[in-house]
Amino acid sequence: MLITELKSKESILSLVTGKVFIINCHGCKEVRFPEAEAEELEKELLASGKVTGVLTTDYICNPENLKLRLERRKTMIAEADAVLVLSCGVGVQSVAEFLPDKKVYAGCDTYRLPGFQGVTPLEVNCDQCGECFLNLTGGICPLTACSKSLVNGQCGGSKNGKCEVDPNMECGWERIYRRLEAVGRLDALKCPVQLRNYATDKDV
Amino acid sequence: MKISELFDRGEFVVTAEVGPPKGFHLEGVIEEAKTYLSGITAVNVTDNQSSVMRMGSLATCKLLKDAGLTPIYQLTCRDRNRIALESDLLSAAAFGIENILCLTGDHTKLGDHPGAKPVFDLDSVSLLHTVRLLESGKDLGGNDLVGEPPKFAAGAVVSPCSDSVDAQLAKMERKVMAGADYFQTQAVFEPDKFIEFMEKAKQFGKPVQLGVIIPKGAAMARYMNNNVAGVHVPDDMLAELAADKERAKAGITGVEIAARVIKACRPYCQGVHIMALGWEKHIPALLEQAGI
Repeated sequence: MLITELKSKESILSLVTGKVFIINCHGCKEVRFPEAEAEELEKELLASGKVTGVLTTDYICNPENLKLRLERRKTMIAEADAVLVLSCGVGVQSVAEFLPDKKVYAGCDTYRLPGFQGVTPLEVNCDQCGECFLNLTGGICPLTACSKSLVNGQCGGSKNGKCEVDPNMECGWERIYRRLEAVGRLDALKCPVQLRNYATDKDV
Repeated sequence: MKISELFDRGEFVVTAEVGPPKGFHLEGVIEEAKTYLSGITAVNVTDNQSSVMRMGSLATCKLLKDAGLTPIYQLTCRDRNRIALESDLLSAAAFGIENILCLTGDHTKLGDHPGAKPVFDLDSVSLLHTVRLLESGKDLGGNDLVGEPPKFAAGAVVSPCSDSVDAQLAKMERKVMAGADYFQTQAVFEPDKFIEFMEKAKQFGKPVQLGVIIPKGAAMARYMNNNVAGVHVPDDMLAELAADKERAKAGITGVEIAARVIKACRPYCQGVHIMALGWEKHIPALLEQAGI
């Protein structure tokens, strides 16, 4: 199980500089979604005239469901410079995978709770670290896509785009780099040095 | 002596490396280093290289230093969390070790303890950041150090012939931002690729040492091509190594190839780093043929 918390308003507003399409996921009933805070943020963004559309749905981790809903809102998404996803890390990564040319941002941090995990079997995975890195990595989680869970870029162990630990696994940072390149966000690699915070658990 | 001072003076810096043994008797390593590496500026000491458990890098550095050599202490982030790494950096300073090389480290699954926990609490970038922080008198927990802070020449690595060289350059830039003083590269067999890489890397203004391996034969070269990330031995060199097995086995062909690579790359870099992998005895001949 997991809990999602809204990132700080400053950090979200710093990402939403142009037009934005918002996706809220009210999936998994066991998940605590910060509904009231998300609504408040949404109101503020709507008032600023930046929002091209809002989709509030459930289980965006279900590819069929996601595809259906996003295709219906194709125009609104095309008008937006970025898509802001308020969901767990799996949801953000599912949207990023579906919109390969779009900037996709995570509005939430995902924390771990004991108990069973998500029900949709997927390639993408969320480590529920409580300090979501997806906004720096183009919507691909470095903790689960990189065998060393590195947060500061590619190591020297990638060969022909594959990870040297597992030749069947794509190098996560190769994927992240290509993605950032495709959405024009290579500047994210110039962010300050990232340090993991393993103390997030105690805050839940 | 910090090797960054030599770079600052415009010297062409030659380093080599030794791997500690799987045991605690270091006499052989020291004897070999004294015999073949005495003309070399500094000697890297690997840190459980390839995730294979060996005697510690720090203790080996100390013993090499006592024997009159200048060690470069390699630290990887695979086996220790940030507390242990900071602590070992202070220990190195206490031993008078002034040169370090910060690496992420190979994954544990590639070594001889595949079931071990891979730590990676820090990585090469955050380790460099940590070194510079300690030098300012603070630790990563935000606490003040007592007394004089340590001071290191802190190096890092980069892979110029990687098939994702743009991602490597981006990582190199992060290492520069985090405070890297100099770079040593993965082994180069393709001077054209290295020169192209240096054209882009020179914007960072940091000295780069060309990484060199003396190829021991066609089989070893093919093994590296298939298994070692960032290393590619081109077909013509493979053919050269395969042409005369005895010559290759005696090290003559390998030394010729390595010397050629050094000569072609020398105008574009600030030093060489030789990874002899047990062939330390060929280093003097290599340096002579390369005109260093």
